[in-house]
Amino acid sequence: MMLRVTDLNVFYGQIHAVKGVSFEVREGEIVTLIGANGAGKSTTLKTISGLMRAKSGSVEFMDKNISSTAPHKIVQLGIAHVPEGRRVFTTMTVEENLDMGAYTAPPTDLEADKERVFDQFPRLKERRRQVAGTLSGGEQQMLAMGRALMSHPKLLMLDEPSMGLAPILVEQVFDMIRQLHEAGTTILLVEQNAEMALSIADRAYVLETGKITLSGGGKELSQSESVRQAYLGG
Amino acid sequence: MSFLNYLISGISLGSIYAIIALGYTMVYGIAKMLNFAHGDVIMVGAYVCFFAAAKYNLPPAIGILAAVLVCTTLGIVIEKLAYKPLRQATSLAVLITAIGVSYFLQNAALLLWSSSPKVFPNFFAQQTVNEAGKKIKITGFQLFGGQLRISYVTLVTIAACLVIMAALLLFINHTKLGKAMRACSEDKGAAQLMGINVDATISLTFAIGSGLAAVAGVLLCSAYPTLVPTTGSMPGIKAFTAAVFGGIGSIPGALLGGLLLGVIEIMAKAYISTQMSDAVVFLVLIVVLLVKPAGLLGKKVREKV
Repeated sequence: MMLRVTDLNVFYGQIHAVKGVSFEVREGEIVTLIGANGAGKSTTLKTISGLMRAKSGSVEFMDKNISSTAPHKIVQLGIAHVPEGRRVFTTMTVEENLDMGAYTAPPTDLEADKERVFDQFPRLKERRRQVAGTLSGGEQQMLAMGRALMSHPKLLMLDEPSMGLAPILVEQVFDMIRQLHEAGTTILLVEQNAEMALSIADRAYVLETGKITLSGGGKELSQSESVRQAYLGG
Repeated sequence: MSFLNYLISGISLGSIYAIIALGYTMVYGIAKMLNFAHGDVIMVGAYVCFFAAAKYNLPPAIGILAAVLVCTTLGIVIEKLAYKPLRQATSLAVLITAIGVSYFLQNAALLLWSSSPKVFPNFFAQQTVNEAGKKIKITGFQLFGGQLRISYVTLVTIAACLVIMAALLLFINHTKLGKAMRACSEDKGAAQLMGINVDATISLTFAIGSGLAAVAGVLLCSAYPTLVPTTGSMPGIKAFTAAVFGGIGSIPGALLGGLLLGVIEIMAKAYISTQMSDAVVFLVLIVVLLVKPAGLLGKKVREKV
């Protein structure tokens, strides 16, 4: 098992944001967590990457309990997290952002890794010396994904990669996710765009106000009556 | 010619402010806090160097090195003990703590080293023998038939400031650790997701800032050789002003702010009034902040809503 989350409880101050969530991600899968705004999806990802701490429950990665591991060590273990809103370093150049992504990687592969990212995202190559704050939203999303790939993650967690993007860019981003998956990266995807997410996911979990209410195969859930009504517009 | 003399001493004083301001601005950039104890670290550095040189007769270079080592350690310890537990606290709590640390250092110095002023030795003077066979110290040289006097301390101070600034800019812009500092200063959460150890980066920032404070302390006391436990507080406040003046968080801003402040202060002393010089300095600061609220080289921070 690559990732196993067991009975996770997380609080935002007084708010019980994640209530006893359990799920798992197997090697080579695309798993998606879907649900409305405020359902606890981002909080779950932040707890896995160590930015937030669970009150109880556990997160195991490759059979190792990482519930109290420091975030920078979790990156070294092989989890990369592309946060909501991309959060590229806007005052640094595209190339410097990629350097930061490779912070934990051995420096010997740096140039080759950058070329690999530039092959995947040619737009970034054209803009390599440009400050990231001047990129468009789609380009920033690509940079955020490219930056995460620089650490050679075993598990890539994406939080709302389609947020704020034009439909054609959403298609592109999902194509990228599919390609990364085919290249062997395991993916945990959090999305409000349930239709797109379910179309590429092997398995999916539906989160409602901090609890998992439904789970199953991606295709299966996209046929489900309750999911169609709640998330796919009937 | 006297204008040139004033200008040079202004630049020299400003260089000291700039070196101190770097500590304020780097810590603010990364830990988002005002470390009001920074000025007192300068005083500790000066005392360490004073005792190494005057009491144990160690060579000046060893004295300066000892001051840098002690202050670097002190900076890291202050951060770990006083500020790190308050990482999630309100900025007001951190500010009050910083003022507390400042008083703690001053009073510890009072207890350890008493309030009687120490006369700081001039490391940058040459020993020679004059025509009468008496040993004298030459503290500088003269140009234009004695109209322009430049002391060695002045030269060393300006040179130190330029070297430190260049080294720091190289470090921040071209090394992995320096880039990690910039990343932390922009977005700590995202920096952690890159695998950057934010706590270690903050420690490093305090270490660099405090090490520079030690250098500033030695330079300050070489130029103004009276050393008391409150020696660091006024230069500390001036340097903080310089950092705000240049744009807090900006390294070139600290240099610009420091130099301008030093020159304005000396010019005001020379041409307006000795007593009023500080008032003039702060008046200029108020005017600058009215026109450019983020400081001369500061960036406008847009709050996300």
